[in-house]
Amino acid sequence: MKTDDLISLLAGDAAAVPRGAASRQIAIAMAVGIPLAILTMLLTMGTRPDLAQAIHLPMFWMKVLFPAGVACAGLATMARLARPGVSARAGQWIIVLAILLLWLSAIATYASAPASQRAAMVWGQSWRSCTVSVLMISVPIFVAAFLVLRRLAPTQLAQAGASAGVLSGAAGAAIYAFHCPETALPFMAIWYVAGIAAAAGIGAALGPRLLRW
Amino acid sequence: MPRTNEATSSGAAGVEAELHALFQRGLNGEHAAYQAFLQKLSAHLRAFLHRRLFGWPDEVEDLVQECLLAMHNKRHTYQSEQPLTAWVHAIARYKLIDLLRSKSGREALHDPLDDDLAIFAESSTDASDARRDLTGLLETLPDRQRLPIEHVKLRGLSVTEAAVLLGMSESAVKVGIHRGLKTLGKRVRLSYEDR
Repeated sequence: MKTDDLISLLAGDAAAVPRGAASRQIAIAMAVGIPLAILTMLLTMGTRPDLAQAIHLPMFWMKVLFPAGVACAGLATMARLARPGVSARAGQWIIVLAILLLWLSAIATYASAPASQRAAMVWGQSWRSCTVSVLMISVPIFVAAFLVLRRLAPTQLAQAGASAGVLSGAAGAAIYAFHCPETALPFMAIWYVAGIAAAAGIGAALGPRLLRW
Repeated sequence: MPRTNEATSSGAAGVEAELHALFQRGLNGEHAAYQAFLQKLSAHLRAFLHRRLFGWPDEVEDLVQECLLAMHNKRHTYQSEQPLTAWVHAIARYKLIDLLRSKSGREALHDPLDDDLAIFAESSTDASDARRDLTGLLETLPDRQRLPIEHVKLRGLSVTEAAVLLGMSESAVKVGIHRGLKTLGKRVRLSYEDR
């Protein structure tokens, strides 16, 4: 086929593209993935029994809002990486700095605590299940993010996959906070972040395989 | 080989503005503007890829076609406030790296590309024949996609005529063409991996 024939073929298929079509696809994916993730948490582990009292504690909101903020940065980064020729550096820096800040506060909390309480701050009662639970809750959002990335046009596939992982891992962590009974910042800085980092790593590994176009 | 190269930096800025306007009208559904856009774009892509594929001149036209298909199928990812140059360059670069990577097998690729965005600085209307025949790939599509493309686009029938001839509804003909181009975009890429 001559290039000119291809061009008239393509020109004939030129239906109007609504403004914001790509953003709408991302929004739909999140509108499906996030409720499914919440449902996963509710059906497999349920909310913590003392949720009604916990919502008065600042640490509860820290565990919800910090990952939610990271998830928003992950979403913004993914939305930019999904479009050719757009830089996503700012979003990537925000994610890294947010996690560094969390670690610094966690280290300060740990260092100023009496030695007898330190182990409990790190291990809590649920360190074995925390990271795995975060990952499990993040699966529907991860799948939705990858499906929508396939319809868009990421050109840096590992980075795009990692951003989908940060988004889903962090959103999974925010949802998990409604189940999680822990109260220490160091616990969150280790095990929540481990869940987010694992999701990001899986995304970075799968991106080049699943997102090519 | 005669080539028509226009290489000035102010020219590139003018090309950006002109192509941006045509593309924008194309995104609003104006076929003629979109066709003009693709026509000019293909000339710039050809010059750009020719300069970077100097080792494989035969591949240039194939890659021009693959880029055009990719840009068409992914045109909803363009944001009108973004420089068109950056969008076009990122896709051309992505497809070029994909091709070079498939050529070098699984070897590590030393990125041969500079980051200059001068994709609109030159153009070449001198199309050589594509080595990989898209018509051949077209034959691998399912009938519901292939027949509308062949009748409407390659034989020049109207959508209505093709619909009557094929016993399909007009919207099925349009959907068939649309889906067929998406499938073609995917198979074009896979065809690299065969060789």
